[in-house]
Amino acid sequence: MQLDVLLFASYADAAGATSVRVSVSDDARVSEVVQAVRTAAPAVHLPARPLVAVNHRYAGADVRVTPSDEVALIPPVAGG
Amino acid sequence: MRTGLVGTPIDIAAIAADVASPANGALSLFVGTVRDTNDGRPVDGIEYNAYAPMAERELAEIAREAAAQFGTTHIVIEHRTGYLALGEASVAIAVAHPRRANAMDATRWIIEALKQRVPIWKLEHYTDGTRQWVEHGRGQGAGRPGVVRGAEGRGSSDREVTDA
Repeated sequence: MQLDVLLFASYADAAGATSVRVSVSDDARVSEVVQAVRTAAPAVHLPARPLVAVNHRYAGADVRVTPSDEVALIPPVAGG
Repeated sequence: MRTGLVGTPIDIAAIAADVASPANGALSLFVGTVRDTNDGRPVDGIEYNAYAPMAERELAEIAREAAAQFGTTHIVIEHRTGYLALGEASVAIAVAHPRRANAMDATRWIIEALKQRVPIWKLEHYTDGTRQWVEHGRGQGAGRPGVVRGAEGRGSSDREVTDA
């Protein structure tokens, strides 16, 4: 399946885009999506275990994703 | 309870008024503002950028957790987005409770949780014309349930929390 993974802040600046399209297996987990982003957008220097959100909630590496999910890579947050 | 992102200046008096009631003898208010230096570099202003739907959800969740933990639903959290000049309020938190310890502890807990979990980023604009995303290097582990511990840091006053 294809997914458009959302990028923000420093990740978006590095990629030059606010999302990146990746192809992953139909039963992909978050970890596979992260690996696909590393390949598709090498300019984004992701940490070893980047934060990922699925449908607006933080999701661990083993969470499965579906084509209808909203997947986002979350750079280190700095609110306040 | 009321939480959310706002695109216009935060009305601090209005937020305090929202949580005030005769039953609550304590009203605690925290306001984070844009500071004029960061790591020794002179700052001109800060651009706040959010993953809006998730930030809104996290702010509401933090308010719910604080309500359960500290025993009050008189909570308001507002976080500003967009470009802010020096001294402008970027975040305001108001909590009212019959007792001051709960009101103050809840306010402190909320700002710490917000800084750890809410997907908001700041692009600092420096006086020399350069810009940089502020990253505290807490990507790993931050933001997951259980990372924000309510008791952490409570009772101590030496940790800086006013850095907007």
